[in-house]
Amino acid sequence: MSDARTAILGRLRASGQTGPLPDLDTAVLERKQWPATERAALLRKGMEAVHTEFLEATPADWPAVVRACCDREGFKNLLFGPTSEAGSALAAAWAPGGTHLMPYDRPVEAFKDELFTGVDAGFTGTVGGIAETGGLLLMPGPAEPRLMSLVPPIHIALLRSSTIQDTFWSAVKHLGWGRALPPNALLISGPSKTADIEQTLAYGVHGPKRLIVVLVDDLY
Amino acid sequence: MHADTEIKFRDSAAKALLDPQLRANFRRAMDGLIFKRKAQFPNPRDLEDLRDLSTAIRSRSLLNLPALLEQFETQATKNGIQVHWAETCDQANELILGILRSKGAKTLVKGKSMVSEEMHLNAFLEEHGIEALESDLGEYIIQLDGETPSHIIMPAIHKNKNQIARQFSQKIKDAKYTEDVDELTAMARKVLRQKFLDADAGLSGVNFAVAETGTLCLVENEGNGRMSTHVPPIHIAVMGLEKVVATLEDVAPLYAILTRSATGQAVSTYFNLITAPRGAGEKDGPQEMHLVILDNGRSRIYADPQLQATLRCIRCGACMNHCPVYTRVGGHAYEAVYPGPIGKILTPQTEGVGVRHDLIHGSSLCGACGEVCPVKIPIPEILVRLRREATHEDVGSQVNGKGTGRTATEDWAWRLWALANKRPALYRVITWFATRFGNALPAGAPLIKDWTRTRTKPVPARRSLSERVRAKGVPHV
Amino acid sequence: MKEVYFYATCLVDLFFPDAGMAGIELLEAAGVRVIFPQGQTCCGQPAFNCGYWEEAREVARTQVALFPKDIPVILPSGSCAGMMKNHYPELFHGQADEAQVRAFSSRVFELTQFLVNELDVKLTDLGEPVKVTWHSSCHAVRDLGLVGEPKQLIAQLANVELAPLTREHECCGFGGTFSVRQPEISGAMSCDKAADAEATGASVVLSTDGGCLLNVNGTLEAKKSPLRVQHIAEFLWERTRAR
Repeated sequence: MSDARTAILGRLRASGQTGPLPDLDTAVLERKQWPATERAALLRKGMEAVHTEFLEATPADWPAVVRACCDREGFKNLLFGPTSEAGSALAAAWAPGGTHLMPYDRPVEAFKDELFTGVDAGFTGTVGGIAETGGLLLMPGPAEPRLMSLVPPIHIALLRSSTIQDTFWSAVKHLGWGRALPPNALLISGPSKTADIEQTLAYGVHGPKRLIVVLVDDLY
Repeated sequence: MHADTEIKFRDSAAKALLDPQLRANFRRAMDGLIFKRKAQFPNPRDLEDLRDLSTAIRSRSLLNLPALLEQFETQATKNGIQVHWAETCDQANELILGILRSKGAKTLVKGKSMVSEEMHLNAFLEEHGIEALESDLGEYIIQLDGETPSHIIMPAIHKNKNQIARQFSQKIKDAKYTEDVDELTAMARKVLRQKFLDADAGLSGVNFAVAETGTLCLVENEGNGRMSTHVPPIHIAVMGLEKVVATLEDVAPLYAILTRSATGQAVSTYFNLITAPRGAGEKDGPQEMHLVILDNGRSRIYADPQLQATLRCIRCGACMNHCPVYTRVGGHAYEAVYPGPIGKILTPQTEGVGVRHDLIHGSSLCGACGEVCPVKIPIPEILVRLRREATHEDVGSQVNGKGTGRTATEDWAWRLWALANKRPALYRVITWFATRFGNALPAGAPLIKDWTRTRTKPVPARRSLSERVRAKGVPHV
Repeated sequence: MKEVYFYATCLVDLFFPDAGMAGIELLEAAGVRVIFPQGQTCCGQPAFNCGYWEEAREVARTQVALFPKDIPVILPSGSCAGMMKNHYPELFHGQADEAQVRAFSSRVFELTQFLVNELDVKLTDLGEPVKVTWHSSCHAVRDLGLVGEPKQLIAQLANVELAPLTREHECCGFGGTFSVRQPEISGAMSCDKAADAEATGASVVLSTDGGCLLNVNGTLEAKKSPLRVQHIAEFLWERTRAR
């Protein structure tokens, strides 16, 4: 198929369209700025509008908040990444009994069926949030596999206020994603939803039915 | 030479207009979408600045397209994505079939992709014994009925929930009849989750491809895109060659204006940036990733400086949501993969302006599409240009089928029109007769017959303005 | 004394001479001398929009030649003004007389925009209380940005109440040759526009364009509705002239 490649690129080049490149005026993006102390509330407003639930926590008590949530909901298990920063902190604070902390520590092929049918909730960290529209930024990888935030019916995500950026644009710059992206990066603004039937919103169509954000106030 | 295979938009549109349910479904849906988009842009300055920026980004990308495609390919390859090129849909289909066969894959689960619709991939794979299952809820609904999408973002928008309830109860095993949208959604979830789990491969489209990082960006709300790209062992993506942009920073404003223009959302539920297949130490994600870059007439569109703007499109669907024609006839009447205003300029360029001459004229040139387009594609101007191309063979034009929409009747009509309008004396004689005897024209005369289907016959005034001006003594030269 | 040319447009010349006369009278009442070149026919838009650009150019050339003086050219139509102002330069791009045509285009004004923005007219309402509605012509809005001016003029009339259409900016379905090439779609759009107008409870629909007038009036008449569309110039003149 290198023939197709040569032909296509040849045609595109042959048309010889150069000319001056238009300037990019990003003022409209730069205008979107909020004080760090206001970003969490804005993010929350955006995400609650699409059915995201929030739990408030402090840097010290968030593992207990996650635990209390699991107990309250009666989860039999919670999938987590044992080598991730958030995951190892959670495990360290996890008291025995009740919800079983289930490590995602083997290739998915080894437990695909169980992942799809036997897991009540998944727990992940985040690398940031978006104030303007609401949204979490995730960087799945070896420590936090990609499907943890997708397959279990409930996704619990840990978000630190200090990591919330103004906009997706400013977050991309801040995280340096433009230069080197991880294999998978992700923005999530709420539980899975659809409006394909008569424009009526329905949640939990393919991905998680609920998204619970544990919001850690670490600004002071 | 006149294209004898011309497809008559007029006929299919006329049929659609007779379906009150269809018209009600579209009107309600489009009204909702117009309202929601408007609410996303409370500040007109922000909207215009964002449109300008998005237009500039897309224009820059196109001006640099060959270099960006090569940069993207190099980077994606380095990341472990296998990049393939296809000049035609047939080539693209064969490529995908080859990939699937080499892995012994029997089932393919699909996230939403308009390019795969363009390729008629599902039918092709079915013919070759591979099941291709749509997983976007709207796509799933229409696939159950063997239909094609009637909207590029909301493929099942022509159906109401009663129709879907009936369909599910008949076609999904053990399904009961319910009109509850949550229950209907849950039924589809149950069926499709199993399919994701079992599928040998997944396929997706691409919203943006980032040259600098070799990343594929996918915008979605349902999560089926993530399922299709991350659960099966193989992920195959298909995209039109125009989708590439320079950097991820360029993507941010395009993403911001895409979701707002499309469904009136500030942000989608998921924005998925896929840069590589499963890497070292990773426990999930596809073990193999392929990308098929499709031309299918795009490089020809690219060659024309004015028509190139067609390729700026980011497939938001705002033009159709705001189109008074689309709202009334729905997407199927266009008999094209891409309906609505964008389809009216894209389809004739890929299929031929003569074959699609009637479609090019299926617009009142009201300009509502150009007004809302997030990347300022001058759709009305391009329609006029394509009307030109359909009826003339201009030197230097590379437009597909140029001149094949020409008819002797229309040629003569415009020649006579010009004759009358450039000779004031002749024009005055004609208006003199029209004012005195215009009413005598039979209602069955050509043009009048079409006009009077829903209107009374136009009757000229008893004296023309120029006569009145002379009589009244207004200075006239 | 300020002088302007008046370009009636073919539809106003043949179907709505009262609107044309009213436009002239409004200008004269504002102290402007109006010149009406007799050689005027059509701006060429129908041929231009159908791709017959040579024919459109031939006609446009004869029209431009009728307006040699460097004074404004006023049209009682947003669509034709848009054609002459914005599309003539495209049509003549690369032609020997492009510069001359561009100079002409820069002098073109739509009537209500000229009345408001250039003349700053003040109107005194002498009519009985009435409820009207406003249909904005697509080309007036999108080619000329004509949104506020007609409403500013209507707002000056003390006894006139403006009831908005549900879909003020939606096309009425005329679209020139569209109305006869795609009569079914065009008719559906026209019927919806007529119904929208009727639902406002207004006793008259106002607009700037002969095409919309011809189309919506024909539709209203076919529906046996008593409602009619009137050109805004005619309405303004009727309300403000001393009897």
